[in-house]
Amino acid sequence: MAFLELSGIQKQFPGGVMAVENFDLGAERGEFVSFLGPSGCGKTTTLRMIAGFEKPTAGTIRINGEDITDRSPNKRHVGMVFQSYALFPNMTVAGNIGFGLRLLKRPKDAIDKRVAELLSLIHLEGRGDRYPYQLSGGQQQRVALARALAIEPQVLLLDEPLSALDAKIRVALRHEIREIQRSLGITTVYVTHDQEEALELSDRIVVMSEGRMEQVGTPFEIYNFPATPFVASFVGTLNAVEARVVDAAAGRLTIAGHPIRTTAALSGAAGEAIMVALRPEMVTLVGVDGAAVDGANDVPATVADVAFLGSVVRVTADIGDGIRVDVDTFNNPNLAVPPAGSPIHLSFPPEAALVLGKGALPLETDRLAAAEALL
Amino acid sequence: MSSRNPAIAATITAERLTEGEAPAPPPSRRRWRFSGLIWWVVFVLGVTYFLTPLWSTLLFSLQAQPFLAAYTNTLNDPQFFKTLTYSFVVGIITTIVSIGLMVPTAFWVRLRVPRLRRLVEFVTLLPFVIPPVILVFGLIRSYGSGILPLTNTDLGSSALLVAAYTVLSFPYMYRAVDTGLRSIDVQSLTEASQSLGAGWPRILWQVILPNLRVALLAGAFLTLAIVVGEFTIATFLARPAFGPYLALIGGNKAYEPAAVSLISFVLTWIAMAVIAYIGRGTRVTVAGAR
Repeated sequence: MAFLELSGIQKQFPGGVMAVENFDLGAERGEFVSFLGPSGCGKTTTLRMIAGFEKPTAGTIRINGEDITDRSPNKRHVGMVFQSYALFPNMTVAGNIGFGLRLLKRPKDAIDKRVAELLSLIHLEGRGDRYPYQLSGGQQQRVALARALAIEPQVLLLDEPLSALDAKIRVALRHEIREIQRSLGITTVYVTHDQEEALELSDRIVVMSEGRMEQVGTPFEIYNFPATPFVASFVGTLNAVEARVVDAAAGRLTIAGHPIRTTAALSGAAGEAIMVALRPEMVTLVGVDGAAVDGANDVPATVADVAFLGSVVRVTADIGDGIRVDVDTFNNPNLAVPPAGSPIHLSFPPEAALVLGKGALPLETDRLAAAEALL
Repeated sequence: MSSRNPAIAATITAERLTEGEAPAPPPSRRRWRFSGLIWWVVFVLGVTYFLTPLWSTLLFSLQAQPFLAAYTNTLNDPQFFKTLTYSFVVGIITTIVSIGLMVPTAFWVRLRVPRLRRLVEFVTLLPFVIPPVILVFGLIRSYGSGILPLTNTDLGSSALLVAAYTVLSFPYMYRAVDTGLRSIDVQSLTEASQSLGAGWPRILWQVILPNLRVALLAGAFLTLAIVVGEFTIATFLARPAFGPYLALIGGNKAYEPAAVSLISFVLTWIAMAVIAYIGRGTRVTVAGAR
């Protein structure tokens, strides 16, 4: 049995809006699970149900085997970090961190010791007597994290904790969150709409859309083998192009009239239209950032646009029939990117052509083997 | 042609100044000066309008002979302090009762039933619509006899007075508390407290109330100001309050009412200074993303 278990969770708000349906998840002790999805997909509602702020319409929530579905939030022993920090403005940093411990009626010495430990953990030693308004956003969120950890909760819940911070602090703080989580080995559920955060932090990701779980898997699986068109389009940059089946059994297709091959299991009659996904970084610009490889798909194209994104240069190639494909190549000072209008060839291995749609992906073991082959 | 080089531009400006060519202030600065002038005119008019009656009252009160007689007579009158003390005590009790009713109500409405906010606002505004004389007659008829004859004793009448004043304080106290709650993220603070193990009484007492300190002081001050000067309800309940005392000396003496008015005014400013002192350096907004 998993440490945190959500079974058949459903949440319907008054008025009939179904926020979450058929949500089943088991998180092991010490696991870092992220709920990833766009606004309104039900990720925060699910988190709030774990915290006890929302009551599920159906289903059960268990922590360490105990059913806590109907338990009030203050008796769940679950720590929560909010997007808006929610630090108590009338209390100092030490007062905030020690608040939960005072409620647990711990001796003053023990509280002081624990507060000092946590201040050290979040690198805010000597700032215990400051008030929240005297701290920066990143420092406030670290205090909020320490406050949640102070009571040694069974599960730590983080509701988009980095959304209000600027980009640099966000990156630094997410490293800190991951380090602290690993060092304490605390089971953590993290809500975010930022795929980069989810991919970097999580042991497993739950991708959600319109109240449903689209896919559960490791960041590697989610990125490389999206199970649904939604996951494919939401996680990472993706070229979704229309293709036509030539020979399903042999994995032969055409894109804009150009023949290609895929290793994905195909179904459908010849001539049937399907959607194929190509990650920009899986496509090579022949003669620019690599050479044509035997057995790889080769598609002639014309450069439509070139965008410099810092470490990456994104080339948009027109392959005909109005279909455009983004190709990412690492930037280097000697990179000779052809100007717009230049003819070029795109090359990508058959494994890179993901066929979107139910049942279109290979079995789990085949997918992992294919992924390893790609690396 | 203007120079893009700041050094050259500065030199040109300096040369023009030495040649006696005064640079015309830019239009935005002229507008600012004009609006600043208007602001001062409005300010002086407002201060004059506000201070003239006070000044006139002061001059009138000083006409009593011997000099300052109106003030010494007032301060030597035992009824002055007796009624003032009674009204202050009733005011403080009213404030406590009002806070005890309004804080949990406004908190719950904001947190759990925000759709009832307009209804609660309307209910709290009723004292503006229902005259005090109606309220006090209702209280006397309800509690003058029957199973709870409160008007038969001094303590009972004082309790009725507090109840009536609590109703009168609703519009002020509810708005003050609601404004205070609006300045903090009530939901997040409540949920953060809950996740740390706090129950409702502790959330209200340790998290919400301390962050409403300034708002509560404002509400308390308004309540106190109303109670201290209230006449109708205190008179009909035959209470020895400051309002009826003011009316009494107003009808019997010439200069003393002016002195009492000014003393009340000074007390009001002292109360405001106390609020400003207690609320100094307080930040009621939730620091962070907002």
